[in-house]
Amino acid sequence: MSNSSKKQSWWNNARNRSLFFQVLLVAMLVGFFWFIGSNTLANLEKRGISTGFGFLSLKAGFGILQSLIPFDESNTFGRTFVVGLLNTLLVSALGIIFATIIGFTAGVARLSNNWLIAKLAGIYVEMFRNIPLLLQIFFWYFAVLRALPSPRQSWSTGDIAFLNIRGLYLPEPVLGAHFNLVIWTFVLAIVATLLIRRWARKRQDETGQQFNMWATGLGLIIGLPLLLFFALGAPLSWDIPKLQGFNFQGGMTVIPELTALLVALSVYTGTFIAEVVRSGILSVNSGQTEAASALGLHKSKVLKLVVIPQAMRVIIPQLTSQYLNLVKNSSLATAIGYPDLVAVFAGTTLNQTGQAIEIIAMTMGVYLFISLTISGIMNWYNKKTMLVER
Amino acid sequence: MTVHVTSPSPSLAPPASTVGVIGWLRENLFSSVINSIFTLIGLYLIYRLVPPAINWALFQADWVGTTRDACTSDGACWVFVGVRLKQFLFGFYPSSEYWRVVTAFSLLGVLVAWLLIDRTPKKGLVGAFTIFIYPVIAYYLFYGGAFGLPVVETYKWGGLMLTLILATTGMFFAFPIGIVLALGRRSSMPIAKSISVVFIEFWRGVPLITVLFMSSVMLPMFIPEEMQIDKLLRAMIGIVFFQSAYMAEVVRGGLQAIPRGQSEAAEALGLSYWKCMMFVILPQALKLVIPGIVNTFIALFKDTTLVLIIGLFDLLAVVQTAFADPKWLGFSVEGYVFVASVYWVACFSMSRYSQHLEKKLHTGHAR
Repeated sequence: MSNSSKKQSWWNNARNRSLFFQVLLVAMLVGFFWFIGSNTLANLEKRGISTGFGFLSLKAGFGILQSLIPFDESNTFGRTFVVGLLNTLLVSALGIIFATIIGFTAGVARLSNNWLIAKLAGIYVEMFRNIPLLLQIFFWYFAVLRALPSPRQSWSTGDIAFLNIRGLYLPEPVLGAHFNLVIWTFVLAIVATLLIRRWARKRQDETGQQFNMWATGLGLIIGLPLLLFFALGAPLSWDIPKLQGFNFQGGMTVIPELTALLVALSVYTGTFIAEVVRSGILSVNSGQTEAASALGLHKSKVLKLVVIPQAMRVIIPQLTSQYLNLVKNSSLATAIGYPDLVAVFAGTTLNQTGQAIEIIAMTMGVYLFISLTISGIMNWYNKKTMLVER
Repeated sequence: MTVHVTSPSPSLAPPASTVGVIGWLRENLFSSVINSIFTLIGLYLIYRLVPPAINWALFQADWVGTTRDACTSDGACWVFVGVRLKQFLFGFYPSSEYWRVVTAFSLLGVLVAWLLIDRTPKKGLVGAFTIFIYPVIAYYLFYGGAFGLPVVETYKWGGLMLTLILATTGMFFAFPIGIVLALGRRSSMPIAKSISVVFIEFWRGVPLITVLFMSSVMLPMFIPEEMQIDKLLRAMIGIVFFQSAYMAEVVRGGLQAIPRGQSEAAEALGLSYWKCMMFVILPQALKLVIPGIVNTFIALFKDTTLVLIIGLFDLLAVVQTAFADPKWLGFSVEGYVFVASVYWVACFSMSRYSQHLEKKLHTGHAR
């Protein structure tokens, strides 16, 4: 009698087992959510809280320190959500720009052949990476910005920009007539430059003729709008802040909360970006640089055509995850009262309305949406730039 | 016949400008005009920052005393930290019971050192003790309520002690959950896989603050009113979920690095799934990701500061509250520098340890 004719007992069958296990898992999950759901409903009923998103159209009745869109007490709770979200996006965007600049500088400096510069960059990275972000935010906000002078004794640069305990006061550009023409020219020039670059590359591939892209691009993007600007009679003036009474009037104000959060986020994330950049550059095999030099490429061409494209493959995914961290970390704003999404919506609005479940779900939803979108784009990019291997 | 013997003339010494101190300076600091400018800027920065900082922190600082009158010089007033040190370390834990905290952490220190140092005998036994028995001992030491130890409610816990408790318990529970999630994500069962993916991506996609808000505001709604749980415990649950998602991704990295042949060979030998994982795959995978695990632990350790937002008194929160004491106004810089150095020393040494491990384990799989 052969073994195969012997019936295998049904519980030793891998398919049955996995089916049984998964049914059990689903049952546990359903049970868990049923438990939570019924408890929540019972608790809500006991506390007399009504569910639903109706509260979003109610009058908010509180002001917000900084708002990119017009907002006052008479606006709705729904609008507080938008104000908070815009403030989060503002600090994230600015933070990403500054952190990238700091990070790339420090990362490259750490590989510099100048011993002192390399060491200084190393000290910066090791120092700020190992201190909690919240502590750094507190330090900038409570210890540094609170120690600034009062408005009357402001630090100023040429009576144009002022820094004091209430914030940073900068001149605000006032756009005159037809200034938007300049902006449109600028945008068109960028598009034109990109098109010309495509054409120039194609021509170089086919004929080997090179094209001076630098001068063309510079002339188009900077020169053309500048020419138009002066041709229109320089339609731009500056609203300079002036001390009136106890405070400054006019100009743009950067509130200290934003400054502290921005400095801390950029400095902290900059250390991680520096490490990403360094590891990216180091990941390019030295044989690549040597081979490129052996072919007679100039040092700058080696960097541009050989090292950077390969380093970017390593840098970009990690860089994106650092950007995501920065966006998520910007929620620490709530600790110093910068009115971001968490502080305004999951803080004040939640306290006023008591709609904990809806508000926390919406807040988490926003962050989840940002994270998943960016990581989706990242996966697509990774697939696109992946080395084609056998 | 004369024989000309030519012997090579002795090599000249290298030019003085390329060896020794001068050579080193020329090559590393002044190799070009731009480099020289950078060096000078760097030196100026050091000159402006370092001596004043050292003067402030060490030479002009006040070290001894009990009141703020002891701080007369221009430098730092470490008296502030000294007077409040016990509170910074233990929060509002009753001082007669400090020995319990000290004992618990010393025991943990000894156990961890035993496990980390090479060439200590009976690692398995000590490891089992650390995982199964030590948590029970630590619970009774911290909380009390048995063996004649008075109960210390969790709202009295605080300072560095709370920070360490949050970080270690977070890690302790997140580790096994993370492993299960990582295995789930690579499982061939579609439902188990999708549950793991959703769980991991959800917790990784939201900031820790919203998780803590959720655990402090929403969790009480999710459970029956009569079994309301402690604030500290709620924060811990949030941290464990959050951390286990990150841990799962680290472990997944290790699992992916193990070649397929390993599990195929184990299967061919007739090992079941769990036996294959326990004895073949996980030991190799976890060894690979120890540095990654240490890095997530460092991140968690720094992230525990966030609990101050939901009103728990960790090290940073205790120090922050101390600034509001009217007798000690204006010493926030000293306080922040103290907290920063505690975190810095801890995180820096852990990251150095993980780099050391990376070098030590850089055998076998990495080619």
